[in-house]
Amino acid sequence: MAIHIDPDKCNGCGLCIPACPFGLIEVVADKAQVGEGCTLCGAYQEACEYDAIIIEVEEKAAPSDRFRGVWVFAEQRDGQLKSAAYELLAKGRELANTLGTELCAVCFGHDVAGLEELIHYGADKVYLADDPVFADCQEDLYAGRLASLISEHEPEILLAPATSLGRSFIPRVAAILETGLTADCTALEIDEKSRLLLQTRPTFGGNIMATITCQTRRPQMATVRPHVFRKGVPDEKRRGEIIRVDFDREAVTSRTKLLHFVADLSERVKLEDADVIVAGGRGLGEAENFQLLAELADVLGAALASSRPPVDDGWIPYPHQIGQTGKTVCPKLYIACGISGAAQHLAGMQTSDVIVAINEDANAPIFEVATYGIVGDLFQVVPLLTGKLRDARL
Amino acid sequence: MNVVVCIKQVPGTTEVEIDPKTNTLIREGVKSILNPFDVYALEEGVRIKEQHGGKVTAISMGPPQAEEALREAIAAGADEAILLSDGAFAGSDTLATSFVLAKACTKIADYDLIICGRQTIDGDTGQVGPELAENLGIPFVAYVSKIEEIKDGRMRVRRMIEEGYEVIEMSLPGVITVVKEINVPRLPSLRGMAKARSAQIPIWTAQGLGVPMEKVGLLGSPTRVIGIFRPQRTRRGELLQGSLEQQVEELVDKLRQAKTV
Repeated sequence: MAIHIDPDKCNGCGLCIPACPFGLIEVVADKAQVGEGCTLCGAYQEACEYDAIIIEVEEKAAPSDRFRGVWVFAEQRDGQLKSAAYELLAKGRELANTLGTELCAVCFGHDVAGLEELIHYGADKVYLADDPVFADCQEDLYAGRLASLISEHEPEILLAPATSLGRSFIPRVAAILETGLTADCTALEIDEKSRLLLQTRPTFGGNIMATITCQTRRPQMATVRPHVFRKGVPDEKRRGEIIRVDFDREAVTSRTKLLHFVADLSERVKLEDADVIVAGGRGLGEAENFQLLAELADVLGAALASSRPPVDDGWIPYPHQIGQTGKTVCPKLYIACGISGAAQHLAGMQTSDVIVAINEDANAPIFEVATYGIVGDLFQVVPLLTGKLRDARL
Repeated sequence: MNVVVCIKQVPGTTEVEIDPKTNTLIREGVKSILNPFDVYALEEGVRIKEQHGGKVTAISMGPPQAEEALREAIAAGADEAILLSDGAFAGSDTLATSFVLAKACTKIADYDLIICGRQTIDGDTGQVGPELAENLGIPFVAYVSKIEEIKDGRMRVRRMIEEGYEVIEMSLPGVITVVKEINVPRLPSLRGMAKARSAQIPIWTAQGLGVPMEKVGLLGSPTRVIGIFRPQRTRRGELLQGSLEQQVEELVDKLRQAKTV
């Protein structure tokens, strides 16, 4: 594949410059030049009135049909499967059904509880590598073993959670297998004609969505942030197979060693699991004012969260941050106080069931995603709300 | 300790618009900047050099104008900078980019540590760091919030995870990606800025790096962007009316009806 600009036809008019979605075209010495990062999207080809832009598409033949099956990496911690595993299984089941193929879960750990649940939630097979060395998340070992399992069984799709573990070791698996990986997908669909996985993800901090395919290499790999997809309804009658796979300890050594773990205890309620979240933004003005939100959170039994500015200013620790570079949550109720709603923040909470926005600025983008909005001073509204809810409880 | 810091030049804003006629991004008037997360990577590299000696080399794969970002890196304390630039790199995705960076690190040869920012603000993937480590066959730790100790070819770091942080020991050479909690970057010094202006920044091309064409650019990139669009905000929000008191009352009623409280 290549892009050519025909020097005889190009007159350096520059029409193609604004047409490039990535701003990669320059006119040098009266001829257009394409810089790095071109995805061959063809947008500027259409803009050229002189047919000077030629895109040669000579993709290698589609990968062999032997790649079949959808795989989900089921992450565990301390022997407990993470909820992201079930969410990915729900989506994976859907994709596998469309493709008419099997859905397999892969789990690495030691004495992991509830593996049959992976089957109840949709897996046909569970590949399990159980070894005491896997009790801690050992990325060197994980990357090597997952890559070798994939090479052996040749699935066409692998879905993994975009957790700190997944975002760290899944790219290494992609590099070993020399295949494509799309991070933080928010929509996954099959193009039935080509069997290709259409992977849609936010980019530019959530301001733009891009749809990405991996055409010639397999598996097609994607990570998905927790809580982006919903888990399905378990079916305890579903039958499947748990297949133990070996792990050759002699063959690999880990070059990193976990010395110890320090838990963050500042959260009273775990954000990711909270049904109700009260979040504050720049509008709070100063660290002390989080106390106002803490009182509201208390009444609701809610977890306390934040947009990025309060974290940047040190009002509240990073684990409370929701958004593109923080956590993704999907509670039943999300109350945003003094949060304007930058795309980066919305990316982390817009799938919540009910969103309440309290902000002084009626034009704040948070109101575009809010179920209910109150335009007003949060320092008046929040205490009123806390009071009303407290009265309602009594 | 010789440190290589990988940086990227990115658009200065993420507030980009799509032209409704061409369905492409409008880029005019958008200034390029050094990826904000890379500033922390550079600062950490400079701090390591100050403590342990050695040098900091900034590298970037990009078009010729990415040289500006490398000059910023020198102003921020890097000793030298190398631009990896070639028409053949055009269209590289994270896998192809990490392959070029790995080739450059191999050519630099005497490095002990490679530092990247956690992710860029344009692509947001965070994949280049781990893919680079794998291509080089060296250990990797993501989301480092503190380097606790570097001693005898080993490094002890804090790595942020959802539940708190882990203390991990890794052997060197290795690759880490850093989060902004790791340091507070200093402002560029006058001396640094003067040095940045006059610095010679060599350009390494595909040939100079010895990268086979099928490993870079479009041929070396498994992924393709097939379309872009503006996210739909489909929720039809309801702005409550009346006095604040009435609004709060109505809100509580609605939430109770919906059984959310």
